[in-house]
Amino acid sequence: MSDQTLPLTGEVTSFLTRRARWSPLEVAFWLIALASIWLFPAKHLILTEICIWAMFALSLDLILGYAGIISLGHAAFFGLGAYSAGLIGKYGFIPEPVLALVASGLIASVAGFATSFLVLRGSDLTRLMVTFGVALVLGEIANKFSDITGGADGLQGVEIGPVFGTFRFDLFGHTGYVYALSVLFLMFVLARRIVRSPFGLSLQAIRGNPLRSSAVGIAVNWRLVAIYTLSAGYAGLAGAVLAQTQQFASLEMFSVERSADVLLILIIGGTGYLYGGLIGALIYRLAQDYLSDLSARYWQYWIGFVLIMMVLFGRVYGGILAALIIGATIWFKVDTGTSFVLTAGTLLVLGLVREPIVKWVALREQQAVVAMRRIRTRMKLGGHTESGHAGRA
Amino acid sequence: MPVVLETRGLDKHFGGIVAANQVSLSIEKGARHALIGPNGAGKTTVVNLLTGMLKPTAGQILLDGKDITRVEPHERVRLGIARTFQINQLFADLTPIETLGLAISERLGLGSDWWRIVGSKTSVTDEIIELIERFRLGDVMRERTAILPYGKQRLLEIALAIACKPRVLLLDEPAAGVPEDERHEILATVEALPKDVTVLLIEHDMDIIFSFADRISVLVNGALFVEGEPDAVARDPRVKAVYLGEAFDA
Repeated sequence: MSDQTLPLTGEVTSFLTRRARWSPLEVAFWLIALASIWLFPAKHLILTEICIWAMFALSLDLILGYAGIISLGHAAFFGLGAYSAGLIGKYGFIPEPVLALVASGLIASVAGFATSFLVLRGSDLTRLMVTFGVALVLGEIANKFSDITGGADGLQGVEIGPVFGTFRFDLFGHTGYVYALSVLFLMFVLARRIVRSPFGLSLQAIRGNPLRSSAVGIAVNWRLVAIYTLSAGYAGLAGAVLAQTQQFASLEMFSVERSADVLLILIIGGTGYLYGGLIGALIYRLAQDYLSDLSARYWQYWIGFVLIMMVLFGRVYGGILAALIIGATIWFKVDTGTSFVLTAGTLLVLGLVREPIVKWVALREQQAVVAMRRIRTRMKLGGHTESGHAGRA
Repeated sequence: MPVVLETRGLDKHFGGIVAANQVSLSIEKGARHALIGPNGAGKTTVVNLLTGMLKPTAGQILLDGKDITRVEPHERVRLGIARTFQINQLFADLTPIETLGLAISERLGLGSDWWRIVGSKTSVTDEIIELIERFRLGDVMRERTAILPYGKQRLLEIALAIACKPRVLLLDEPAAGVPEDERHEILATVEALPKDVTVLLIEHDMDIIFSFADRISVLVNGALFVEGEPDAVARDPRVKAVYLGEAFDA
């Protein structure tokens, strides 16, 4: 083992910078995203929506996945960004959409900064309630001042000029998609950079152990204020892109459902690695589309089903198992009512036998990791591999 | 020697319980000062007061003669006071490399840098390597802290405090829970600290205390009981009485 004085410099540097490099998988992800512009021209409207959800989930991941701040009211900033962009468009304050977008993001981040001091207090439950409250308050303010916001009818008459004065938003959403995807990509690159900086590392430290963080000289509260402000700005950008591409803003954009949905998306995709929000948005929106084709009125049943499965058996196994069960009900053409009774019963049974199953899977996982390591050492790659994730039972 | 860290009439009450009672300590520059006392004497409370994790009910704390009683914990670290914890307080999801890189980045004022990547500064990586070698963490430096053996975690706990380059280091039972055969490793690193670093050590093990300390303060029921050179303290009949009274466990 490398316990002796070795030239560790290269090893330490490469360990720290390794995750900053773009992996082939990441490059492939973005190339596919880029290719989708030409591959699926008929799907640009739904792809735009996915991009917007992805931006919104990315924003939540910054606070939840990295700093450990849970929010049930993140739509507060989404809605604020949407109305800012809508009003800027309606009254023509800033005719160029990119500048209007930046302005909307700034407005949302100012609101994030102002409310961050409320959110810093207390435990997860306190934060959940405070963020929830902030979203309700902002939503009702928008409702009350209906002469400005349009109230329950939504903000009508939003006019968005051409991007950079050249590219007009069209009915088929082609410009909208390229616009949304570009904004998402830029936001992602910035977020990726931030989470790998010393600032990003300090957020992870704070999430893990705030007491020790302050004992190594980290100004814990200010770091949290900073990331909350940024995250609010990100949510605002997502809302603004929605308002701009739809040329409309409505009170629903502040809604609790939206806050809950984005949390759901992030949980489905996974927190703390940035792609979770993107993948979650893709899965969630496509599943929504597909499942509401199956049973338009009850599709959320399946979302609930998947969610419980993921919590019971982990994201990957739970997700696969849920997909298999849903697939089986489709394959055997089980009618909606029967499939609900059957799958709800399955959930209850699985809840009872969860413990032994999870233990068995964890054991197998461990054996697999050990076997993999042995193979790797044999291939003389040992020592450079990262430790496997300790399986959480 | 000039006094680096001083407390004047420090009181801490938790409701009706008096955890610190008129504690007036002065620690000289470069001292190896031990704070001992029976369980529940308030030793950790004193460390928490010195580092700002608790606010005193009354009294003052001075660093180099300047009042720091109201200074926030993280600012005290910048002023040169660092500590270790009796029970490991580490970052479970970070590796030793990242843990040390974090503390070093903070000390060099890079902590709010959100643009550069963590390992891009050689000033940071050089120090990480130095600490990893000094604390023999090389073979586990890429592992998550949560899965490290206890002895390694204990070393990291101390290395993390050293990474803050303190002028005053407060060690709260550094060898606690470490098996006998691994203790020497921890003690060796503590003994190898530069002479100008002032150390306040809390410890139960009498062998460690008498081999390490050049001054001892005895705390009983939150109050300073006896203070002096190790020999004098060892001979003091009152100290013997306190320790014998509660079954001397050395």
